[in-house]
Amino acid sequence: MAQGARDKSSGRQSYDGVVACLPVTIPYRRYSTNTAQWWLGRALRELTTRANLRPADIDGLAVSSFTLAPDTAIGLTQHFGVSPRWLDHIPFGGASGIVALRRAARAVQAGDAEIVACIAGDTNHVDSFRKTLSNFSRFAQDAVYPYGAGGANASFALITKNYMNQYGAKREDFAKLCIAQRDNALAIPFAMMKKKLTLDEYMAARPIADPVHLFDCVMPCAGAEGLLVCREDVAKSLTLPYVRVLSIIERHNAFTSDPIQTRGGWAVDIAELWSMAGLKPDAVDFVQTYDDYPVIVMMQLEDLGFCTKGEGPDFVRSHTFTNDGSFPQNTSGGQLSVGQAGAAGGLLGLVEAVRQLIGAPLGTPVRDARSCVVSGFGMINYDRGLSSGAAIIARA
Amino acid sequence: MTVDVLSFARAVAAGQIRVVDLTQTLSQDFPTIVLPPELGQCAPFRMEEISRYDERGPAWYWNNISLGEHTGTHFDAPIHWISGKDLPDNAVDTIDVAKFIAPAVVIDCSKECAADPDFALTIAFVEAWEARHGKIEPGHWVLLRSDWSKQDFTKYANLRDDGAHTPGPAPEVVKWFVEARDVHGFGTETIGTDLGQGHHFNPPFPAHFYMHGKGRFGLQCLTNLDQLPPKGAVIFAAPLKIKQGSGSPLRVLALVS
Amino acid sequence: MSEPLQRPKRKNPLQRTKHPLSPPGVRSRTAHGLTAAAAEGRFALQVCEDCKTVIYPPRDCCPSCLSARLPFRDVERGGVLVAETAVQVSADPYFRERTPWRVGTVKLDAGPLIVAHLHADALEGYRVRLDLKLDKSGSAVVMALPERDTPNMADDPHLREMTCDPKFRRVLITDGRTPVGQAMAKAFAEAGAAIVFVGIADPWKPVPGFEALRKIGPVEIVPLDLTDSESVSEQAEQNGARIDIIVNTAEHVRSGGIVDRHGLTTVREQIDIRYLGLVRLAQAFGPVLRARGADGANAAAAFVNLVSVHALMNWPAYGSYSAAEAACLSAAQCMRTELRPGGIKVMNVFFGPLETEWFQTVPPPKLAPSALARAVVRGLQQGLEDVFVGDIAEDIRARLAVNPKALERELAS
Repeated sequence: MAQGARDKSSGRQSYDGVVACLPVTIPYRRYSTNTAQWWLGRALRELTTRANLRPADIDGLAVSSFTLAPDTAIGLTQHFGVSPRWLDHIPFGGASGIVALRRAARAVQAGDAEIVACIAGDTNHVDSFRKTLSNFSRFAQDAVYPYGAGGANASFALITKNYMNQYGAKREDFAKLCIAQRDNALAIPFAMMKKKLTLDEYMAARPIADPVHLFDCVMPCAGAEGLLVCREDVAKSLTLPYVRVLSIIERHNAFTSDPIQTRGGWAVDIAELWSMAGLKPDAVDFVQTYDDYPVIVMMQLEDLGFCTKGEGPDFVRSHTFTNDGSFPQNTSGGQLSVGQAGAAGGLLGLVEAVRQLIGAPLGTPVRDARSCVVSGFGMINYDRGLSSGAAIIARA
Repeated sequence: MTVDVLSFARAVAAGQIRVVDLTQTLSQDFPTIVLPPELGQCAPFRMEEISRYDERGPAWYWNNISLGEHTGTHFDAPIHWISGKDLPDNAVDTIDVAKFIAPAVVIDCSKECAADPDFALTIAFVEAWEARHGKIEPGHWVLLRSDWSKQDFTKYANLRDDGAHTPGPAPEVVKWFVEARDVHGFGTETIGTDLGQGHHFNPPFPAHFYMHGKGRFGLQCLTNLDQLPPKGAVIFAAPLKIKQGSGSPLRVLALVS
Repeated sequence: MSEPLQRPKRKNPLQRTKHPLSPPGVRSRTAHGLTAAAAEGRFALQVCEDCKTVIYPPRDCCPSCLSARLPFRDVERGGVLVAETAVQVSADPYFRERTPWRVGTVKLDAGPLIVAHLHADALEGYRVRLDLKLDKSGSAVVMALPERDTPNMADDPHLREMTCDPKFRRVLITDGRTPVGQAMAKAFAEAGAAIVFVGIADPWKPVPGFEALRKIGPVEIVPLDLTDSESVSEQAEQNGARIDIIVNTAEHVRSGGIVDRHGLTTVREQIDIRYLGLVRLAQAFGPVLRARGADGANAAAAFVNLVSVHALMNWPAYGSYSAAEAACLSAAQCMRTELRPGGIKVMNVFFGPLETEWFQTVPPPKLAPSALARAVVRGLQQGLEDVFVGDIAEDIRARLAVNPKALERELAS
């Protein structure tokens, strides 16, 4: 679609001319005595150094973090010594990356900023997990945490149980996704999970909240991810390899009348994602789903349009998900293998997708990777993930 | 004849004069007089620790106490009863202090009281006692030895469906003590100088009525009367100097040569 | 099917006493509307005044019409348990030592979805009945019970965490001299208490009804005088570590007010027996109750205050009595906070005039001591915090909620 052109069905303006470049990961660590400010600072420094920019050249900043308190993005401007003319703090958990991309894209299109650094990261102290849980949201405080304090694990256990009951998914189906992702992560040096996962190990793993077991859960860790968003001409002038942004959707608190979550917000706007990109699902070469739990991966396979609702289990049984498989998915292993560095989990898929598309993956490459769907999801405020987003990006 | 108080003090210190404690220990367990519930009640003895070598007072131990003027072993002043209310010097702070020291006779009716909790001392009984021990001289305490104080508290109070059943003086003997023997006052081991059932007499509570009506005193809840001779003991019974007090708990000591 | 609770074995005296922990108790102000309902045994949720939507979790804006008029109203308790899980690993120390802990999502007939604690007999796919209970933190939680009562339902260990069931517990009735005290001893014996200690003061005074009291199986008469600090601490030293529930039945009822009363002796007795007596009990027994809140199946559970409803609004005909009761109410509220770290519930049971001698001239309706005793037992079985027993108590409460000043004038006549 030409710049300024509007998609016929949605009436939305295209993302022509917007690119993402410079994928940065600050290697994850299980526990860190450093602060979120430190981790985000590392990401920003890596971005500016590799782009040969001074901090003052960054005129747009989007920040996501769970452990930044009492700071928000504004505190970081003075902390880092930057003076952006566009600033956003995006607290949508695993959807933050997609949302940051969408905000930054419109900012650079409109000329409100030239170079937007999108950074996401968190520290992980020994008590971070418990503290984050107990202060997560008002509804979590009032209506979730007092019920077993199982955190998101218990909430997603209910979603998983219901999905299994309703659509006949089996633990073995989830295992297949986890095992493939683990294979994809073997080449990632800082991944929290370093070994192959077998079906026996998966099935015998310690129960966390039935039916969720140990290997259905991400390992919380400290880390940061980052990228730059700018116009195509700016990326060229910085001689940075880049990817084109074709379409982005975003939806919050969808399907309020669903008793238990079986679909995310993507299902509302998914036709628009594909039509704005001018592609069909079978055209993309790999997919990055948000993998806080394998049941959510399965839902995304349905809601992103690769199969219909309820066909997730069958789809998983009839495809392979390693980087050399029939449906390469979470090509650096996803959070389930590398770990969840808090809000960085929302940017991890996008960063890995950009790496694959510019031909510089950390792990095994996807052959002839030309386009990718990246999906984000998060913020289980009470009983369901509220935020969702997806983007289609393509090789330049 | 001059009497030398220093010799007296030396004699006490040397044990030549025996000091007998006629006082019950003030404690929470000791029964008090129980009046009909609609009327005001005498406060029982209670203690509240202020501190005990602790954060409330590091080097000392002391208590606040609460009690009535008629709790435990106590002295009754004439102002306590309606019949004595207008007499001069009738409160514990105005009674001539010399009157706090006086001789006592001890009339033993312990056997009779053991047999009958409603035993009433009569003139005849006292006259029979006088025949053995001699006439009661003026200015003496008359102490009724019943050995009641040796019992457990439930038997001591001896409350039944119709009130207390404890021994005491018949109305006539009290009148006779005052008019014919000019006694100093009347003392008992029981709660009250009157019988437990004394409210049935005419007048009710005659020991209080006649004694206090004539400016005489009362002592109650005494003990160890069995250690005293029928005659010859001297009682020290000085109540607290309470402003217009009707009586007070006190230490009652008997001196026996 | 709940396993029937077995009578607990004697505790090994060399074993360390488990320290009480508290589940997460922080709630928003609006969410404490549930706490108010749970305290009285009601099931109430916010119902939008404008569009009638039933709302959960509690909030400040209607998710259907954005109205801010969201009062709590009693709603139907029925629903279906759609999905369940058993938490095996918990981040919270309280739950960590109680796993597996079942929770589930219930679709309430009235509309909302509620994540609730599950009774062992609440099964996935079946209908359930919801209850609001105060957990050990003192905040309200939702519990899904089976639709109909099941055998040994009260013995479910998760439900027992939320209640103060007298079954197999050891109880102290502080004053066994009165009809209320004796009715209380009988009621607790019938509710399955293992021991019912009954306090008697001034044993040298006859105790009407003593023989019948003594004959009640689990009853053990103990000396206890609430006006005597030493007596109270001695009883706590002797039996405090094996008393799980205390019911303060001490009373001092006299008609009459303040201005037209002559002298202070009656008033002083009232304050001494009621307020100071309560303070003595709190100081002597409070710490040991609090320390034993997690001490096995018959852990310390509750302190019950019998308080005249006129603690809430003085009844001048019994004016000094009302004032002393008010002092007890305030003290009980303080005790509630001080005992909460041990998970001990302080239950206030409000009642109007009783069918006892000091209320003789008061016209009916009056409450029988046995009815009061039964209400106390029921309140403990449900884990309530504020119980109003009898017509007068409920009437006073209803009038207080609408116009306290009008009630003040009405009680003057």
